[in-house]
Order: sequence, then structure tokens, then C-alpha cells
Amino acid sequence: MSTRQTRTAGRLLVAPSVVLLFVWMIVPLVMTLYFSTLRYSLLDPGSEVYVGLENYRYFLTDPAFFASLVNTLVLVGSVLAISIVGGIFFALLLDQPVWGLPIIRLMVIAPFFVMPTVSALIWKNLFMHPVSGLFAWIARSFGFTPVDWFAEMPLFAIIVIVAWQWLPFATLILLTALQSLDGEQKEAAEMDGAGPVSTFIWIVLPHLARPITVVILIETIFLLTVFAEILVTTGGGPGLQTTNIAFLVYAQALLQYDVGGASAGGIVAVVLANIVAFFLVRLIGKNLEA
Amino acid sequence: MGKIQLQGVRKVFGQVTVIPGVDLTVDDGSFVVFVGPSGCGKSTLLRLIAGLEDVSGGHIFIDGRDVAGLPAAQRGLSMVFQSYALYPHMTVRGNIGFGLKMAGTPKAEIARKVEAAAATLNLTPYLERKPGQLSGGQRQRVAIGRAIVREPKAFLFDEPLSNLDAALRVQMRLEISRLQKDLGTTAIYVTHDQVEAMTMADRIVVLNQGNVEQVGSPIELYERPNSLFVAGFIGSPQMNFLKGAYAAAHGAPTIGVRPEHMRAARGGEGWKGVVAVAEHLGSDTFLHVDLAEGGIVTARVIGELGLSAGDAVVLSPDPARIYRFDADGKAVAK
Ligand SMILES: Nc1ncnc2c1ncn2[C@@H]1O[C@H](COP(=O)(O)OP(=O)(O)OP(=O)(O)O)[C@@H](O)[C@H]1O
Ligand SMILES: [Mg+2]
Repeated sequence: MSTRQTRTAGRLLVAPSVVLLFVWMIVPLVMTLYFSTLRYSLLDPGSEVYVGLENYRYFLTDPAFFASLVNTLVLVGSVLAISIVGGIFFALLLDQPVWGLPIIRLMVIAPFFVMPTVSALIWKNLFMHPVSGLFAWIARSFGFTPVDWFAEMPLFAIIVIVAWQWLPFATLILLTALQSLDGEQKEAAEMDGAGPVSTFIWIVLPHLARPITVVILIETIFLLTVFAEILVTTGGGPGLQTTNIAFLVYAQALLQYDVGGASAGGIVAVVLANIVAFFLVRLIGKNLEA
Repeated sequence: MGKIQLQGVRKVFGQVTVIPGVDLTVDDGSFVVFVGPSGCGKSTLLRLIAGLEDVSGGHIFIDGRDVAGLPAAQRGLSMVFQSYALYPHMTVRGNIGFGLKMAGTPKAEIARKVEAAAATLNLTPYLERKPGQLSGGQRQRVAIGRAIVREPKAFLFDEPLSNLDAALRVQMRLEISRLQKDLGTTAIYVTHDQVEAMTMADRIVVLNQGNVEQVGSPIELYERPNSLFVAGFIGSPQMNFLKGAYAAAHGAPTIGVRPEHMRAARGGEGWKGVVAVAEHLGSDTFLHVDLAEGGIVTARVIGELGLSAGDAVVLSPDPARIYRFDADGKAVAK
């Protein structure tokens, strides 16, 4: 792409796909913006009226909004923390020469391929069920009262499920990074008198800084919109305890039949995601440049 | 202090014996170079001394203490790697000071020692840079700085100059030699470049398939190689080996003559042949000559002789400088 001619040709050739992508993105966004200014109830179709920013005021002042914002942040933060700390741990383990490594690796990666709805169902019915779940059985065999996970600590239960799905992803990325660490560097550190812990802190962790930022970025994008796990297990409850923004928008639209309010919520979610993205990109930018 | 002794050191990787058993003494303060062809076990032997590999048998003594069972960190040696192995996310200062930091040295003392080492190596302007922002030669010097700052009993170098260009290699070669003499620290240096070996070493250890073939000063090895292998390895261009009638005339199955120990003329008595290729370097000329009775030899002639490819030539070797080897490749006394 060095001459002017090839540059012009290049622009012409990519133009259709760029236009298509742009339209693809802008049409739904504009429609959502438009709906968010209407009073639009599915119970009373055909009676839409322009209400200005009323839907936004309603959505943002709803106590459910603040609760679900907090839930979203707690969910994202906890899952990130668990998957990165756990991911580093498993990556270090899998980096050792162990017998049958390919099979172990495949098993570690497997949860990532399970659909969110399926894994939530498995956790709900096989592990966390207060009567027939595995955890309940373990608790009973030690003489404890089983925990009713989704009633007593619902958000924690959902964090566990989601972390279980994302841990393999973090492990995989961090393992690949670990394997690209120059062996002579570790040997140089060994000659310099660094023990395993010092080597980890001073050599391995800085080497992992970049892949960790990548994991944070990618996971955050998906974790902001966790939905299936909540729908399948708690339905956002009890009360609002497990309602995140994505679930709140859904509840607004399809449980309260309020398309206008849901659209306003959707736009709020987009703005929030962009704020998060802004900070992430700055963080990543710093880490990826160096 | 830094006297290193190897006693029957062996190394086996799985089924393969890489070092069958090496006995060697490296005197305190000396510069010892391990040379040998690729894959002969030079790096392995060095890593055994460093403690980066476990010995399969034998003893390693540093100042009389058996260190074969000790971890690398406790042997008091430092190593310069072929890839330099600098820590990419630390500054030059951090890289050089890392070993001291691990040893729990106070901050002020680390700073003082790092700055002193940087000054010796002309690295002071680069102390706050990361390795990625340095040239190859500068990185090399940081790696050396990391080695000297800990005041080790001995330096171990594994082909430290092989990633540099020719001019820089000559310069760094001199710098390393000078530094080692100034500090008086024992050094073991691995290379497969015989020019580096000849110019830097107090003593050269020639390795062949994990065995010590010969140990001696560069000139000893040049003048009195005790085998065909050493004779062929030390000296550049390589020694010429002749069999058949030429060798029979001197009563040995194989004889060797160095290119610089032959005189070339257009006529007279000697080995007759035809110039196949003449390489004119100005100061001297390398003649590759097809001999009348088979074989090709290289002769080094001072200055210009005016010979070119296709010309007839007569080579007369210096009779005192003809090496004779028996059927096993061992040198035969004159
Ligand atoms: N970890 C290992 N496992 C098995 N064999 C090994 C291992 N390390 C080295 N070897 C073998 O040991 C022999 C000597 O290797 P070494 O690296 O010491 O050679 P070298 O003399 O340093 O060669 P070069 O000049 O190419 O660096 C080689 O044949 C190599 O294949
Ligand atoms: Mg080597």
C-alpha cells in the first residue's frame, strides 16, 4: 500500500464492507435512541407519544438501577479477580512437565466450550441444589446444614458459575504467555540468586502483564453483559440481589412491557460500557506499548 | 579467589552420554577457553559448572569445596548468556543490580556498585533505559555488567559474542580480555571461534565429543598439537593434511603442514602442482593448489607473487614444521 494508486484502490475496495458495517451498527443504535424518547408500551401498542428524556429520568432514578449497577460491577470485578489469580495458578501448574499434559489441558479448557445456559443449569441442579446437589451432599456427610446457594448468597453463586466459565480462558492465554518466557532469562535469575518466589515476582509476573491486560479487556466486554446465567438460576432475585444492568433492561422490556424504558436502559448500558472501555483502553494502551 | 577443579565429571541425557568424564583444573585468575566443534558439549560442561544442570557423576570443586550438589546461586559464579538474557522490563540499572537486590544488599550500596560497574563499561548514559532501547553491543555490556557487579569467584561466558558483527566482536573481545585482567577474576569462556580462543585465552581446552582432547596455552597448541583433531582445529586457515606418497616420504600415514609454513615458487624442488584458486588479500595471498600426486593444499604467501589460477607452482614445506600423525590420528614425535 505504498503508492497513491494502490491506496485509492484499497479504499475503494474496502468501502462496501465499511459502509455495510456502519449501517449495521448505526441503524439499531438510532432506532434504540428513537424508542427511548417514546412512551411505548407493548400492552398498549399504537399509542406511542414523544416524552423527551422522561424514560431516562425514570430509569436512572429507579432504585433498581443503582442496585443493578453495583451488582454489575461486583460481578465483573470478582470474576476478573478469580479468573486472573486462578488462571495464573493453573497456568503455572500446567507449565510444569506433567504426564498426560495434552489431556489435562483439554480438560481445563473444556468449561469454556459449555454454553452458559447449560453450565448454569448444571451448577444449579447438580452442584448447588439444596436437596440433591453435590455440595449439599458433602455438607450433610460432614454433618452441616446444606447451604441454599441461590437463596442465601445468590450473587456469590452466580459469580462462582461465571468464574468457572472464564477461568479456562484466562488459564489458556496465560499459559501460552508463560511458555513464551525465555528459559535463559529464568536461568539468569537463578544465577542471580533469585528463588522460585522472587523469580515469579520479578521475572514471571512482569512478563505476564500484557496477557493479563488482554484477559481483563476481553473478559470485561463479555462480563458486562452476563445474562443467561442469571435468567436460568435466579431470575434476578431474590428481590434485586442478582439483577445486573443487562437483566434489568430485559426485565423492563419483557416483564414490564415497557419498550421505551428498556431502550433508555439500553442506551445507559452503552454509555456505561463506553466509560469502562475508555479506562480499559488507556490501561491497555499503556501496557501494550511498552 | 576462584580455583575450579573438575574430577571425573559426567553428564548423561537419557540414553546419551554427552560428557563421558572430564578432569580439569582452572587456576585462580586465569582465562580458560573451551573450544570444539558444534555439539561437542562445551555449553553442557559450562552449565554443569554453573549449576544449571546436575552432574550425573564426579565432583566439581570451587576453591577446594565440592559444589556439585549446591544450587547455582550458592556457587558464587556469574554467567553471560549467548542471548544475553537481560530482563526486558527492568532498566539497565535494574538489570545490573538484580543479583545484589536478591542478596539483600542495602539500596545505597547497590546504587554505588551499579554505577561503578556502569562506569567501567561506558554504560552510564544508558542506566535508565530498558534493554529494548539498546544496541547489540550495549546489551552485551549490560550482560557483562550484571556478571561483574556481584564480584563472583569466576565468570562463565557461553559464546557471548556470537550475535555481534565482526568489527564489534573484535572490540568486545579486547574489552572482555582487558576487564578480566584488571579484575583478576577467573574466567571460563566457551566459543567455537578459534580466533577468539587464540587471542583471549591463557589456556585453551579443546573438547571433542565431550572429551578433553588437549589443554595448553594457545602457542603450545599451535606448535605441538598432540592429535590430528587439535591440529586441524587450531590455526587459521586450517592445517593441510596429506596422505599417500607425500606422507610416506616422511614415514607416517598422515602428515600436516600449516599454510604459513610453505614457500611457493614458480620452479625448483618441492611439491609440484597447479594453482586452482588464488585469493589476493594484498598483505598476503592464499593459494589453493592441486598437487600433482593428488590432494589440494592451501599455502599462505606473504605479499604478491603474481600467480593466478592455472599457473604451475612448486611448494616447499619447512621441514622443521611438518607434523606427523599415526593411523589413530595421534601426533608422532619428530
Ligand atoms: N537437555 C538436553 N537433552 C538431551 N540432549 C542434550 C541436551 N542438551 C544438550 N544435549 C546434547 O548434548 C550435546 C552437547 O550439547 P552442547 O549444547 O553442550 O553443545 P555445544 O558444544 O555447546 O555446541 P554449540 O557450539 O553448537 O553450542 C549435543 O549433542 C546436544 O544434542
Ligand atoms: Mg553451546
